[in-house]
Amino acid sequence: MTIAELVREAALEQVGYSADECLKCNVCNTVCPVARVTDLFPGPKYVGPQAARFRMGHTLPAQAKGLPRLASPDRTVDWCSGCGCCTAACPAGVKVAEMNSQSRARMKAGKLPKLRDWGLGQTDLVGTVGVLFRPIANWALANRPIRRLLHITFGIHHSAPFPKFSRGTYQSAWKRRQKRLQKQFGITAEPGPGAAVVYFHGCSVNYYEPEVAEAMIAVLARNGYEVIVPPQVCCGLPLISNGIYGEARAHAHKNLEILAGYARRGYKILGTSSSCIHTIKAEYREMLDIHDDEATVVANATWDICEFLLDLHDQGKLDTGFGPLPQDLPYHAPCQLRSHGIGLPAMDLFALVPGLRARDIDHDCCGIAGTYGMKKEKYGIAMAVGAPLFEKVRASGATEAACDSETCRWQIQGATGVRTRHPVEILLAAYRAADAADAAEAARR
Amino acid sequence: MSETRPFDVIVVGGGATGAGVLRDLARRGLRSLLVERGDYGTGTTGRYHGLLHSGGRYAMRDSQAARECIVENRILRRIAPASIEATGGYFVATPDDPEDYVDGFPAACAAAGIECEEIPVLQALAREPALNPKIRRVFRVPDGSVEPWNLIEANLADARLHGSEAWSYHRVVGFERAGDRITAATIRDESSGTTSRISTRFVVSAAGAWAGGIAALAGVQLSMRPGKGVMLIYNQRMTDTVINRCHLSSDGDIMVPVHTVAILGTTDVRVADPDSNEITREEVAALIGEGEKLFPDLRRMRLLRAYAGVRPLYDPPDDVGVSENRKMSRAHSVIDHGERDGVDNFVSIVGGKLTTYRLMAEDTVNVVAARLGVTERCTTAGAVLPNQVQGKTYWLGHRLAEHEAQGGGDAALICECEFVTRPMLEAYLDEHWPCSIDDVRRGTRLGMGPCQGGFCTFRAAGLVSERGAGAETDAIVDYLRERFMGTRPIASGRQLQELWMVHGMYLGSLGLESLVDRGPASAAVEVPNARR
Repeated sequence: MTIAELVREAALEQVGYSADECLKCNVCNTVCPVARVTDLFPGPKYVGPQAARFRMGHTLPAQAKGLPRLASPDRTVDWCSGCGCCTAACPAGVKVAEMNSQSRARMKAGKLPKLRDWGLGQTDLVGTVGVLFRPIANWALANRPIRRLLHITFGIHHSAPFPKFSRGTYQSAWKRRQKRLQKQFGITAEPGPGAAVVYFHGCSVNYYEPEVAEAMIAVLARNGYEVIVPPQVCCGLPLISNGIYGEARAHAHKNLEILAGYARRGYKILGTSSSCIHTIKAEYREMLDIHDDEATVVANATWDICEFLLDLHDQGKLDTGFGPLPQDLPYHAPCQLRSHGIGLPAMDLFALVPGLRARDIDHDCCGIAGTYGMKKEKYGIAMAVGAPLFEKVRASGATEAACDSETCRWQIQGATGVRTRHPVEILLAAYRAADAADAAEAARR
Repeated sequence: MSETRPFDVIVVGGGATGAGVLRDLARRGLRSLLVERGDYGTGTTGRYHGLLHSGGRYAMRDSQAARECIVENRILRRIAPASIEATGGYFVATPDDPEDYVDGFPAACAAAGIECEEIPVLQALAREPALNPKIRRVFRVPDGSVEPWNLIEANLADARLHGSEAWSYHRVVGFERAGDRITAATIRDESSGTTSRISTRFVVSAAGAWAGGIAALAGVQLSMRPGKGVMLIYNQRMTDTVINRCHLSSDGDIMVPVHTVAILGTTDVRVADPDSNEITREEVAALIGEGEKLFPDLRRMRLLRAYAGVRPLYDPPDDVGVSENRKMSRAHSVIDHGERDGVDNFVSIVGGKLTTYRLMAEDTVNVVAARLGVTERCTTAGAVLPNQVQGKTYWLGHRLAEHEAQGGGDAALICECEFVTRPMLEAYLDEHWPCSIDDVRRGTRLGMGPCQGGFCTFRAAGLVSERGAGAETDAIVDYLRERFMGTRPIASGRQLQELWMVHGMYLGSLGLESLVDRGPASAAVEVPNARR
């Protein structure tokens, strides 16, 4: 080896070694929303690249009685919300949030997870049961004594935002719709990759917010795209966040197997949940260490809905016939969306809507971070993290707000009472405003 | 010059050997004094790769050294567990290692009494995934790593408990002779510059590679043959096990996980001056080139610094045939200058290695005791050192775990990389003041992580200044100069960026440039291509 080669050699691109990239500059600490509000969390630099060097051993020797028999002795890492602001901000490229997530998983490996943490990861199970017993489930989740009981017994904070279960799952609604269309029009073949996109709807749409899917389908239809909804399971992010990696990997492989088939045929995979989509784009590889061909081909084919629409616009292909929406619209970009590194495509799209006064609140995190803010010991932190955001949303006087991730929407809506929608719902409203204006024009004639 | 009351024995040199000799003398009832020109463990002891030998490295060519290693290895695990991490070691056969050496290795280990077990390659790779997947065979041996400064402190503490003394920053500047005996030593206090005369009945030189100079003060000719070894420190432990190449020891063939880092060793070049610690870029590149045979991704891992130590190899006059340092015996010799040079109460202990420091001390003190008519036998192998918990060896996560147990958080951290807290630093200063930040480093690991003192030096300097106003600037400059010196030979990639960032913080943001220009320290904080 020559000296020149030594100097030119690139760093090892693995989360496990990414502590090597840390220059100790503290930028991650300055952007951490959690460390800003609580001393319980010592900050991303401490639990990330600093502590990482102490975790390179195998297992603690038997002598360490009284200490957890774990490779990672730092428990404070569990206060990390996983928002990813640190990774996004690190000028040296340290995968801080990923390191923290892996460390949490190592800390919990080999032990039964807390029932609460396991349960929060079972979004498909909770959703299926909730939808099945919808009236009772919705009543129970709105019932204060029952919520207090859940708080005490399971540790889910009594005031944490929880959405209402919808009437049936979106998957079953989609199947019914396909059957109906088949009967009506006799369509059997899937449209090709030029004419359709594949939709990863995630759990929020499947169990709680089918209206987001309807909005996306309508907006895409307006632009000449059909939608394919393949069978799918939860992306696994709630499991990753709770350190339950084994089960998360099983979810990942199930989804990858289905989605890779489409990706290889040239389909784009779109999602309305910026966090599920980020999981598929990045975390299957960076956190779960799935580095096979499937993971890569799927990641490369996966897009956030607003990213896709803005790209259409950049190509001059977006239908910009939006009608006027004369309203204030505070917008919050979720941490997970920022981690995509695609800017704020929703804001660029809102700018195309006449009369819409959209304003980026420019606050880092609403606090909820998936399931973090639902936990009783972390609820207070989550609310403190999001407080300036809530204040600005309230102060705006707007009747609606917009945000790309579901748990953030629930958090903002829960804290402020302001109806918070997905950007595609706003765009659909703008298209409909145009239709209404056209209809009124036609009626006048 | 002041006169201090006499000591039975004066030990020159505060490395592991000197500390071990002092402990042994003290336990045999000889009230002794150790003098060290700098801080303890600043010579070879503090500049080696940190290996607790199983003896495997010597099994094939120096059976005596191998046997001594395994015996002492077991003793040290028992008497000094706090200084030892029982990492275990692998000898791995890469495709470059000769078949016959590999085939003969287990038998040679067995002959020397070293537990050696061949394990499946896949099992080794599962435990150490950074290892070269092309390795053919793996042998497991009881290697470990040793924290040298901690070990010295424990030996000195035991010696003090038995009535002896140790003075750091005290240099022997002369011996008084009366005929065939040394009657007294002249010792200069390096901080105050004052000298004192101390009468003694016996002198032991445990100055290692510097033993020639000490012998010269007594009018004796002793030619040492210092062998310089360069070592590289990696930011993280890419291995949790000591990894050796299974071949005749050579350059860049061992990786030792020590504390938070991993150390790649070593080279062996004969040098004239034991204080020579220059490291060239070529040496660094060559080491990495060899190290890659063990860890293929090595050159993409972050290097923190390079350092050099000198082996205290002895060149016996009758051993003229040996030319290559590597082939010289790593066993030790007690040189009795009475028989050899006509100085009756003077011995030098030379050669050897850290793993056998206790045995070296025992052999030396046996000679001293015989001369002084002391009949007490050596007890250092049986007695556990002070402040040890039996069976409780060091483990990597302990600082993080202890800090977390006390609430964690970074508010109390002075050195973030190595988790040195303010109470730890204050305790060290209470015990050792006056001392330099570099002494604090050896005692606490302050500044030994990736930022190499960037974020802790100014904090530590603040604490130092509370004890001696005005000392802080010099303290910062001296310390950073030392830290930067080790970074220069390897500075590339992130470590170079780190160096520039730290440079910017101190010379730019903290305005140290204007301060250093005023004082004698203006020669400066050295950084690559610094504009001056």
